[in-house]
Amino acid sequence: MSTDTPARPSGAALDTVERAAATPEHELPWEALGLKADEYERIREILGRRPTGAELAMYSVMWSEHCSYKSSKVHLRTFGRHTTDEMKKHLMVGIGENAGVVDIGQGWAVTFKVESHNHPSFIEPYQGAATGVGGIIRDIMAMGARPVAVMDSLRFGTIDHPDTARVVPGVVSGVGGYGNCIGLPNIGGEVFFDPSYQGNPLVNALCVGAMKHEDVHLANARGVGNLIVLFGARTGGDGIGGVSVLASETFEDTGPSKRPAVQVGDPFQEKVLIECCLDLFSAGLVEGIQDLGGAGLSCATSELASAGDGGMLIHLDRVPLRDSSLSPEEILMSESQERMMAVVTPANVDAFLAVTAKWDVEAAVLGEVTDGDRLLVQWHGETVVDVPPRTVAHEGPVYERPYARPASQDALQADAPTAERLPRPATGEELRATLLRMTASPNLCSRAWITDQYDRYVLGNTTLATPDDAGVVRVDEETGLGVALSLDGNGRFTKLDPATGAQLSLAEAYRNVATAGARPLAVTDCLNFGSPEDPGVMWQFAEAVQGLAEGCEALGVPVTGGNVSLYNQTGDRGLDSAVLPTPVIGVLGVLDDVSRRTPSGWREPGQVLYLLGTTRDELGGSEWAWVEHRHLGGLPPALDLEHEKLLADVLVNCSRDGLVDAAHDLSEGGLAQALVEGSLRFGAGARVWLDELCERDGIDPFVALFSESAGRVLVAVPREEEVRFNDMCTARGLAHLRIGVTEEVSQETRLDVQGLFAVPLAELREAHTATLPAHFGG
Amino acid sequence: MGRVVIDVMPKPEILDPQGKAVVGALPRLGFTGFTGVRQGKRFELEVEGEVTDEVLAEARKAAETLLSNPVIEDVVSVRAADGAAGAGA
Repeated sequence: MSTDTPARPSGAALDTVERAAATPEHELPWEALGLKADEYERIREILGRRPTGAELAMYSVMWSEHCSYKSSKVHLRTFGRHTTDEMKKHLMVGIGENAGVVDIGQGWAVTFKVESHNHPSFIEPYQGAATGVGGIIRDIMAMGARPVAVMDSLRFGTIDHPDTARVVPGVVSGVGGYGNCIGLPNIGGEVFFDPSYQGNPLVNALCVGAMKHEDVHLANARGVGNLIVLFGARTGGDGIGGVSVLASETFEDTGPSKRPAVQVGDPFQEKVLIECCLDLFSAGLVEGIQDLGGAGLSCATSELASAGDGGMLIHLDRVPLRDSSLSPEEILMSESQERMMAVVTPANVDAFLAVTAKWDVEAAVLGEVTDGDRLLVQWHGETVVDVPPRTVAHEGPVYERPYARPASQDALQADAPTAERLPRPATGEELRATLLRMTASPNLCSRAWITDQYDRYVLGNTTLATPDDAGVVRVDEETGLGVALSLDGNGRFTKLDPATGAQLSLAEAYRNVATAGARPLAVTDCLNFGSPEDPGVMWQFAEAVQGLAEGCEALGVPVTGGNVSLYNQTGDRGLDSAVLPTPVIGVLGVLDDVSRRTPSGWREPGQVLYLLGTTRDELGGSEWAWVEHRHLGGLPPALDLEHEKLLADVLVNCSRDGLVDAAHDLSEGGLAQALVEGSLRFGAGARVWLDELCERDGIDPFVALFSESAGRVLVAVPREEEVRFNDMCTARGLAHLRIGVTEEVSQETRLDVQGLFAVPLAELREAHTATLPAHFGG
Repeated sequence: MGRVVIDVMPKPEILDPQGKAVVGALPRLGFTGFTGVRQGKRFELEVEGEVTDEVLAEARKAAETLLSNPVIEDVVSVRAADGAAGAGA
């Protein structure tokens, strides 16, 4: 057959609305498309007839877990209940749009969001990760913003598993490849290895964009007669999954496609698309805009119509195609990358098309906003879709999945890592050896092998990036106004106690932002869990959401958006085949002047090291328990959110008043890891004494070094500021203790824990940096 | 000395950004009349002695497992180079 004519093959019957009404008995493969019997029945009720193939394609993909949030919705409402008016003060756009928008002052707004691309990154690591980055960038563009930075949170199986050697380099070069080509700095994130992510890697990408208040754009199609324009890349067979069943159902093997096809990203196209969109926005040519991501045109058309006046007519045969053999069902489902959809007034459409032509971006007017409340899709004049758009986009099924605390949870929590259960190092020699093993372990070792593949400084506005606690970018080049971002998760803590674990992840991201000197303002989250059909997983999810919502309320930072990724599991061992429950939390903070930022390491000798917060014997879910004993049990560290708030406040004031030269959050690996990283950051050693700390907190040196108690930060205070610093902590009632002094940058410099052991920094660096290159190559 | 030539192409339904860039550049440089470009890659494998059916079978195996990414690429031909003995693919 010819592939030049856009018409469908002659002889094949088009499944029109008319035909669907006339052939009620015709069976459609709804089950193969992932719909349940009652869901299919509901579609028939909504339409008053059987759906056409194209309608079924739309409903099946929009009612999937990924698009409809049908299992998570009832729990996600918790966030709304815990968002107070006070928290909404800085919120310009909240949950529900492509991304939340936060007012950061001086007329500026930022928009940010984290999203998962887990499964595609397992199938084809490079393209899966690359298109994950591309997708989240388009969400930010759709709000009217210029993207300014990206971040990523990555989780893989055990470091020495053969499949990890396939997935890690692919994902890392995919994240780097897309971000570097498009010219956005990658300012931070995290990497974590655990056997539960074997076969289920988590690839969560975040993007942040900046705009002036008046430039905020929303996704809705209003104004009868306004035109619907699709622009960007052509539509091909990318990401078409189960819908191929429909294609083969309605006509014989035609196209070249052996679906499903992997989505391939083109960052250079996306770069042009960014500039094109900004040009369109500044010329005032856009009434509403939406990016095309998962579920492609099905999602964009139904969401725009549903959020707008309700009526829309689309001529599907006007979609520019890369593969002319695609059926209407496939065009509706295609997840081809680098596409956007805009609502444009008829008066502006010529100017709009002139701008897209200037940027060499293909654009096609597909249809218009109509009165009434139906979304009509036509194919060469025949109607193939006639649905109420709200039923597709916003009124999908909602499930109250059963959930129950797993029977195994009690035993898990009872298995605490006590000194009797897990032998602990005691002598100086043992502690020294433990520290070296820990700092070389997969989750604590240097991330440089990964982050050196990312451009962290392109655009020239990055003022902090990995390995600092938070990434900081300048937004206003005149005033120095900027934002700090941190992305954190801890699946082990969340496994031990989902509510507290989720709060600990939130608290860590919040603390990291404050550690850099920024005032925390808002939250985005990516909730990665196993199958919602398992009551144990659903319990983890419900608990984590509840904990997170309460934590956000206590800290006064609203959740602005994010995403939920379920079914991250392999096999049928129930809860045991699921990934560790992993809420990844992004916190955004603001700095009035980024030159006031605080780095995570010290570089001047003779500064005083203070430990803020108190240390308890808390090793449940710790890196020490895992690295040294492959143990996961007990309870996670306790969390005091009032203390976290106070700590953040003090850190922000310290940064503003220049009281600290360095600040580093204590998290995985405890004080020992913070000392290692703080020393290695600029190569300046430290002399540390633990006696007073042990005496004040009633602990031994091992607990002091390796416990992962929350709410602690290590700071370096210049001698001339020590009095002011002490006065401030005392006045605010914040526990602070002098535990050491910094040494100079030299060849002989050491990390000296007095009375116990000393390690030359050269030896520490060797241990800290060798692990990733050894596993993944030079 | 024999030589095996292997051609690998992106699968037809997969986006090929490189090909797209070339098709965009062609008219700008005055080459009109080309409406599509897809860019693949060619490998030349040298062997001691003749290119036998066994050698070709081995080369095909290497092409399918190492030289191509089966998720997004097809091995479109594995053949002996011009003049070399042995059966074609």
